Amino acid sequence: MEKKSVLERLHETQDKEKEKNYISEQKASELLKENSDSLSHIYGVATFYTMLSVKPRGRYIIRICRNLACHLENADSVAEELKNLLGIGFGETTTDGKFTLEESSCLGMCSVAPAMMINDEPYGNLTPEKVKDIIESLKAGSKK
Amino acid sequence: MKIFRTHALVCSGAQCLSAGGNNFKDALSAEINSAGLQDEVQIVETGCMGSCEMGPMMVVYPEGTVYIKLVPSDAAEIVKEHFLKGRPVKRLMWNASGKEFPTLSEIPFFAKQTKLVLRNCGIINPENIEEYIANDGYLALGKVLTSMKPQEVVDEIKKSGLRGRGGAGFLTGLKWGYVASQQSGDKYVICNADEGDPGAYMDRSVLESDPHTLLEGMIIAGYAVGAIKGYIYVRAEYPLAVKRVALALKHARAFGLLGSNILNSGFSFDIAIRMGAGAFVCGEETALINSIEGKRGEPRKKPPYPSTAGLFDKPTLINNVETFANVPVIIHKGAQFFKKIGTATSPGTKVFSLAGKVNTTGLIEVPLGITLREIVFDIGGGIPEGHSFKGALIGGPSGGVVPAEHLDIAIDYESLDSIGTIMGSGGLIIMDETSCMVDIAKFFLKFTVEESCGKCTPCREGTPQMLKILQRITSGEGMPGDIENLERTGRIISRTSLCGLGQSASNPVLSTIRFFKNEYESHINEKKCPSSVCDMKPKAMENKNGKKIRVRKIA
Repeated sequence: MEKKSVLERLHETQDKEKEKNYISEQKASELLKENSDSLSHIYGVATFYTMLSVKPRGRYIIRICRNLACHLENADSVAEELKNLLGIGFGETTTDGKFTLEESSCLGMCSVAPAMMINDEPYGNLTPEKVKDIIESLKAGSKK
Repeated sequence: MKIFRTHALVCSGAQCLSAGGNNFKDALSAEINSAGLQDEVQIVETGCMGSCEMGPMMVVYPEGTVYIKLVPSDAAEIVKEHFLKGRPVKRLMWNASGKEFPTLSEIPFFAKQTKLVLRNCGIINPENIEEYIANDGYLALGKVLTSMKPQEVVDEIKKSGLRGRGGAGFLTGLKWGYVASQQSGDKYVICNADEGDPGAYMDRSVLESDPHTLLEGMIIAGYAVGAIKGYIYVRAEYPLAVKRVALALKHARAFGLLGSNILNSGFSFDIAIRMGAGAFVCGEETALINSIEGKRGEPRKKPPYPSTAGLFDKPTLINNVETFANVPVIIHKGAQFFKKIGTATSPGTKVFSLAGKVNTTGLIEVPLGITLREIVFDIGGGIPEGHSFKGALIGGPSGGVVPAEHLDIAIDYESLDSIGTIMGSGGLIIMDETSCMVDIAKFFLKFTVEESCGKCTPCREGTPQMLKILQRITSGEGMPGDIENLERTGRIISRTSLCGLGQSASNPVLSTIRFFKNEYESHINEKKCPSSVCDMKPKAMENKNGKKIRVRKIA
């Protein structure tokens, strides 16, 4: 059986942290024994990848696509609506710890631009109104 | 086996799902049950049909009726009218002029396509290995393991003239030959499924819609080069693809098509999935290898090339999804069949994701050598709302622009190279006269600046310099000499960067300067954006921490 790599272990660690979606220093140091790497090496890997975080994030990670196809279809207005609704900017988390807003270079959903993903769920053909409905239903907790 | 009189193929590609495809499928299933048709009508969840803009889509056989943009409330009408009374619901059908009930092959979007790579997409259920096998799946693997020597497989791929579909177009057979000739017990095969180019989703569709074709291609490659193990490196942004590939691996193992002693041939080969974590640079082969090893995804110096010292410093064959997906077709039907499609030096087909200002966007597969005009006007149905074609961006942030005067250019590796762009991985974004070329160049450069891994200086420091100049130009502060500066800096970055990301980073800028220099000039000299996209108001720029920084004026 092949030993798991640091990146794989970091993925697992973060996935287990469902509420906060991040890798704590304590959890990272637990990898030390098994992978016998230095903590700075683990930190280096964790901070290289945009989808890994060493800071606590929200229950829902909203990744809005910033690709050209989305850009041409007015993704900016969707992004603005998200910022207004949540009262946070990109890279920030709402104070209730529920939402984190992030940008993605491309989600590969150009035919249904503008697009976003909330955790693993894709959403396409977005408008500011649609975004409002989606966020409100998440806030109300009616959707997983 | 149960026989159904009607098959309803519902697309369950990510884009149709994101448009509400699941809700429609659930509603349809409920309506079928309440009409008592569950033994007569079968719902088949297929992969991507290609015309994602028309989603959620459904094709009903045996008639071949194509339904588009379905919502749950349409289900009752389709069941009542079409499934019960045999009267297709006209208002929900794809409208193709001149045809009463157009089938897929009669709709212009599909008529000019040639499907090799996407041959099963939208036709079979990707989560059912038996449907793949029923459609000639794993026949090529059987042929290879029972009647061909590894060298013969390499020779067949060489003969086919297949070129790498990841972007650079390197001859696949040649690459396989290099790895096969290495004397080492441990060799690896890697599939690069870290599709990151903005505007490109060809690989995702294959992974989600026909994962077994990729596995079959990889196992054949493993046999040909003498590898023990394969890895599929998928970006984490594609959770559905990861899920379907994992399921395909499980099924293939259960059927004895993967693992030890495949089909009792004595050949053993297994495949594992590795996930990326949101780093565009990991699409570069050596960065990808570092990432599989669990390290930071920074590129390595070449040589040594992966074919001599790749994953864990062992000889490694690395190809992209679309390249592997071509392999079963070539082996099954023969190199001669494959060479009949496409041009002499660019045989076969290419998958493009057609996006931007074109009437029908989506995923298309066309024979190489087709003209851009045919793609945009025949397949894509032209430019919407009476606008005119201005240019096509091909190859994403590594590519360039094809202007209107080259609309009749043949889409093959050499022709595109001759006008300073590249085939790339398959992103094709169409622009009309409302798109500003300087803005587009700025957009891509911003992308590269954000995605540069920072390891080598030209890419890390050079691209932000170019971006600064472009920001200046698009906010009305352009200066004489800016164009020359962009060209000079761009050339230096191309020549001195460590990996492909940096080497091609300035392509969009250089290419738009080449064909749309007048647009740059009017931004700089007249302080006007001809397409009225750039706001042309000088503003203080912000640095990374949101602090305002002053633009330094050059005396």
